[in-house]
Amino acid sequence: MKPRPFDYIRPDTVEEALALLAEYGDDARILAGGQSLVPMLNLRIVEAEALIDVSRIAALDSIRDLGEAIEIGAAVTQNKLLAWPQLAEKLPLVAAVLPHVGHFQTRNKGTVCGSVAHADPSSELPLALAVLGGEIVLKSQRGERVLAAKDFQKDMLTTARAGDELIAAVRFPVAQGPGVAFREVARRHGDFAIIAVAAVAENKSSVQLGVGGMAGKPMLRRIAADAAEEAVREWADELEGYEDLHASAAMRRDLLRNLASLAIKEAIRCAA
Amino acid sequence: MRRVKHGERLRVGFTLNGRKLAADAEPRTLLCDFLRHALGATGTHVGCEHGVCGACTVLIDGVATRSCLMLAVQAEGREVKTVESLAAPDGTLNPLQQAFRDNHALQCGFCTPGILMSFTDYLSRNPHASEAEIRDVLSGHLCRCTGYAGIVAAVKEVTKSAP
Repeated sequence: MKPRPFDYIRPDTVEEALALLAEYGDDARILAGGQSLVPMLNLRIVEAEALIDVSRIAALDSIRDLGEAIEIGAAVTQNKLLAWPQLAEKLPLVAAVLPHVGHFQTRNKGTVCGSVAHADPSSELPLALAVLGGEIVLKSQRGERVLAAKDFQKDMLTTARAGDELIAAVRFPVAQGPGVAFREVARRHGDFAIIAVAAVAENKSSVQLGVGGMAGKPMLRRIAADAAEEAVREWADELEGYEDLHASAAMRRDLLRNLASLAIKEAIRCAA
Repeated sequence: MRRVKHGERLRVGFTLNGRKLAADAEPRTLLCDFLRHALGATGTHVGCEHGVCGACTVLIDGVATRSCLMLAVQAEGREVKTVESLAAPDGTLNPLQQAFRDNHALQCGFCTPGILMSFTDYLSRNPHASEAEIRDVLSGHLCRCTGYAGIVAAVKEVTKSAP
């Protein structure tokens, strides 16, 4: 089992990477941690004419505190963010979510931006980014644009990134308080979630709720705490869910109802 | 900038277990295959080849990494350590290996090199790891013989005698 042949290019700067993306466009794939891309290449699910390896570009390997948000560069690994001393204080939801992303061994290489780029519908980091109202910084030779998470992830494994664009960074808004919660059900710890639920308390009576694994992308809804159970039940029916090898749509709705109720209570409790 | 065309062969060099080595590879050559076929370091085993089973785990600059999810060319200039680096030159097992033997933490041994390398990294960061932390790291590996109990016992033994 081997990938099909491809060109391998390791640019030293962001500018060189953007020039290569302009040259190859859709035929190139960005290689950072390789924990989603290389399995797909090995299984020949995806093909690439060229791999552009950005993992050694020092300018992309930084965690920057912008005040309102924390900016994570494209080469920052999941374990590097997990070990960032201010994570629990600045980004408590991300701190809760990261231990569920793959395993210790894959987090050593897998990048935060790579998870967002891959856009698996039940993946934890895109869900956290969506619930928090985060942003994606896209760079190309044409310039830079910043997209809201909800405008970036379009559907299953599909994003608004143009062929010549590099996801240079993602920005997670700094938490307003400690009122967050995360719950998921997966076949094994570290597997992709069947259903993942993230909750952020906006105040004592209202929660921003997000769910992964019910649709092609993370879905969001504001839920009032005093009528949460009824609201979540309605929302689960509305979303319907989908059926695959791991779960029926009915099981997904059931998981959402149960996990959401736990996450909402926990987020409100932590906020108080 | 490093640029290699598909089908072209390139010279890939890195430090393997303290020795500087180099051999030819294609851009698509995986690190695990490069170690085994080009460098003859067959201690690293290749299982699922898509990052799930963990048998091929090696250390890159001290960090546990799936060598089936890394291209050989990506290891250029790095320090690579494999299971061959653990025992002393005369064959004396290191404490982690000895604990595996003492606790029946392996049977067929296919998955063992990867598990040893994962814990070599993890215990260097967290020498007094709890059982829950050990199990969490072990969840990144598949073993079909032991039922994992012996592996957990072996790693716990090492954490107890850690300074």
